[in-house]
Amino acid sequence: MTSRTEWLRATLLATSLFMTDPVLADSPVLPDTVPAEFKVTDFLLDNGMEVVVIPDHRAPIVTHMVWYKIGSADEPPGKSGIAHFFEHLMFKATAHHEAGEFDRAVSDIGGSNNAFTSYDYTAFHETVAPSALELMMSFEADRMRNLILTDDVIKTERDVILEERRSRIDNNPQAVLDEEVDATLWQNQPYRIPVIGWMQEMEQLNRTDAVAFYNKYYRPNNAVLIVAGDVEPETVKALAEKTYGKVARGPDLPPRVRPVEPDQNTKRTVTLSDARVSVPSFSTQWVVPSYHTAKPGEAEALDLLAEILGGGNRSRLYQALVVKQGIASSAGAYFQGTMLDDTNFTVYGAPRGDAKLADVEAAVDAEVARIVSDGVTPDELEKAKDRYVRSMIFARDKQDSMANIYGSTLATGGNVQDVQQWPDRIRKVTTDEVKAVAARYLVLARSTTGYLLPQQQAGN
Amino acid sequence: MMTNQFSGALTSPRQAPPSPLVVGEGKALHAIATLLLSILFLILPALAARAMEIQSVTSPKGVTAWLVQDYSVPVVAIRFVFGGGSTQDPPGKEGLANLMTGLFDEGAGPLDSEAFQIKLDDAGAEMSFEETRDGIYGSMRMLAEQRDEAFDLLRLAVNEPRFDEAPIDRIRAQVLSGIIANENDPDTVAQNRWARAVYGDHPYSRSDQGTRQSIAAITQADLRALHKAVFARGGLHVAVVGAIDAETLKKKLDMVFGDLPPNQALATVADIEPKLAQHIEVNYDLPQTSLQLAWPGVKRTAVDFFPAALMNEILGGGTFTSRLFQEVREKRGLAYSVNSSLVNQDHADALIVTTGTRSDRAAETLGIVRDVVKRLAQDGPTEAELAATKKYLIGAYAINNLDSSVSIAATLVELQLDDLGIDYMQRRAGYINAVTLDQVKAAAKKLLTAEPTIMVVGPPLAGAGKG
Repeated sequence: MTSRTEWLRATLLATSLFMTDPVLADSPVLPDTVPAEFKVTDFLLDNGMEVVVIPDHRAPIVTHMVWYKIGSADEPPGKSGIAHFFEHLMFKATAHHEAGEFDRAVSDIGGSNNAFTSYDYTAFHETVAPSALELMMSFEADRMRNLILTDDVIKTERDVILEERRSRIDNNPQAVLDEEVDATLWQNQPYRIPVIGWMQEMEQLNRTDAVAFYNKYYRPNNAVLIVAGDVEPETVKALAEKTYGKVARGPDLPPRVRPVEPDQNTKRTVTLSDARVSVPSFSTQWVVPSYHTAKPGEAEALDLLAEILGGGNRSRLYQALVVKQGIASSAGAYFQGTMLDDTNFTVYGAPRGDAKLADVEAAVDAEVARIVSDGVTPDELEKAKDRYVRSMIFARDKQDSMANIYGSTLATGGNVQDVQQWPDRIRKVTTDEVKAVAARYLVLARSTTGYLLPQQQAGN
Repeated sequence: MMTNQFSGALTSPRQAPPSPLVVGEGKALHAIATLLLSILFLILPALAARAMEIQSVTSPKGVTAWLVQDYSVPVVAIRFVFGGGSTQDPPGKEGLANLMTGLFDEGAGPLDSEAFQIKLDDAGAEMSFEETRDGIYGSMRMLAEQRDEAFDLLRLAVNEPRFDEAPIDRIRAQVLSGIIANENDPDTVAQNRWARAVYGDHPYSRSDQGTRQSIAAITQADLRALHKAVFARGGLHVAVVGAIDAETLKKKLDMVFGDLPPNQALATVADIEPKLAQHIEVNYDLPQTSLQLAWPGVKRTAVDFFPAALMNEILGGGTFTSRLFQEVREKRGLAYSVNSSLVNQDHADALIVTTGTRSDRAAETLGIVRDVVKRLAQDGPTEAELAATKKYLIGAYAINNLDSSVSIAATLVELQLDDLGIDYMQRRAGYINAVTLDQVKAAAKKLLTAEPTIMVVGPPLAGAGKG
């Protein structure tokens, strides 16, 4: 059933998270006991490229991904959208292959390929039969350094990303609001700028920008190779040395130190009224630490807090607002922990029937206040932990889920051990720790609330 | 990225539509087999890596499931379908099947809503139901070590849903909220216009969510009646993948499905040809115009299905090498996504092209799409295009359909609905390789020379092109 499945949450997630599989995006996962055939191996090539191999021999399929530690939050000022634009340009001609040749090589063997860009990383991936792994590696290694960019190619592809922006953002009032909420929540950190870029800056992106970006960031020592599927680590190592290993190491990149948030001292609101909206909704966001910036245990506690407060239909927000009070059609919370810098914690809701948006917001605030003052029960905490551990086992059922978990973790300052030890760290979180992060971070006096309203409510 | 694309990625540059070979939502309802079959074969000769055994397992009470045993991950996935989806909503009660699918975890047998959901959570299982026009699907994903508790809850949900008034009212209110929320949404408004224009007064023209009025009219008795009419062994197909053996599964099949009535009582639904040669404008002041075009389709069981599937793939299928992708996006930058797909439903088939393009150049984009279609209809594809597309369709099957227990189970249910046989995966490459260039040209001519129905969602098309 589609309408019931929390359309608001879906909308929020679709524009707030940037993984291919949002279900798992915030949950780096691996089970407590991993059979030998799933044992993850990692190593470094001589040129500094990191490699992770995740064996999964159930089907004759392999997922091959290259993650670059470069995202929209690393862009130079005034060049918003260049990271994502460059992702598109990577599909163009190189010194050795004409445009489209890589795509044809993939489709000729029934493979699939694509790429995505987020705040902290850009990833390229192919899923193919294992016999084609070397071919994929040779194409991917080639375009790491040998791309040829002409003004013609730039102009046409720039039109494509402008169309992508219109499709994803400008045609969608929720997406327009989300962009401006982000720009308000973040006062200094580059997460205030949309991944896809501001329209007027995208229109000006040019060949010089693209070449500078390419030469600086597309280097083996700034990349992570993830191979998941029906393949052995020794094979991957030999093939990687033969292909990626031939690409010269680039200059050392400086540490990814970006502007960070000043103290936030205000409650801000952002309102969009639009004729296309007929049911109002709101979301409130706070700046919180990510797995990379948090003190030990805090990010794990935030993950559990999000699950208990608003993770699904057993959560406090759903039970209180949707089931017991009957005032909301949806209500929930989420935490996007896999980020390089501080991240956001969000609660949201939309009214149903005669209830007003203000009633829903007040009820959400009341649930937040209750968890801040009284904490969570041991039973709630155990069940939330069980759900995470279960999600890890389910994630092993899909090889690209595992590849995404490792790739996003390694591209945001984590390592293989962080992923593998995550279940243990989740298990160790106490009720006091969950209460402590709620009290420390979920303070309304320093939050940002976005309202999406029907047109007639403008100015209320 | 794959068939089940949860495109949360803000920025994937290319969007692949579902493989046309699995779009079909089911076909004839037929009596369950009573013989126990067990057939061994390879997933795919082209990849030829190892055998995947699909067994047909039939329980003592006569419930059949296709089973793939796999113990490498301690998970069991089950998926099943009862034929008869939202087309079975009585007139004036549109939204009934959809509402019903929201109520299976809201109380069953001795357990009320809260008790059921707590048990489900404790069992470590995920259960979901959804409807299409032609069927009601159920799925459950469970941990192998807790499968007894999970199957027991599934038994209750399938056989004894309570349909208590409080959950009915709550879920109804949520559906209603969704209906109201979409009332001014250009895409929703446009798709409703499209369905009425193309399907007339056929059940396919109705919203599966229902309307404000029809949702309000649904009663507990309606839900019970629909459940009784649809949930019967005669319309059931089941697939199970994961850590469970055939003997154990037989017991579970009898427990979950064995006591359902033998036969369904479905309202007859007529076949319908989508009405073509229409021009529909849904005008909104939007920066991007959506274009949707429909040509005739081809039945999943037709002899020219594979020629048509290859033709569709060449026109605008799941690869980045398709003609539409090349002409509209790569050469001209007119769109971010453009694709074509063969849609197979029980009672209607169509070939659909969709794209989104900047509003001031929408007329130009429409012209190019029509041009590409016209050329393919006149000249057909080249030998080289056909050869490459055959390789793609053969190789893509495993990647698009068999990459997790859940997707394998979904694929096996569709194979049963389409009556393609338990050894279909073994035969499929042969069907594709046997297609000739002349057959693809004939399919292109047959489908693409018709005058399409065209829908424009955005500013008036007449005003386009002026910049």
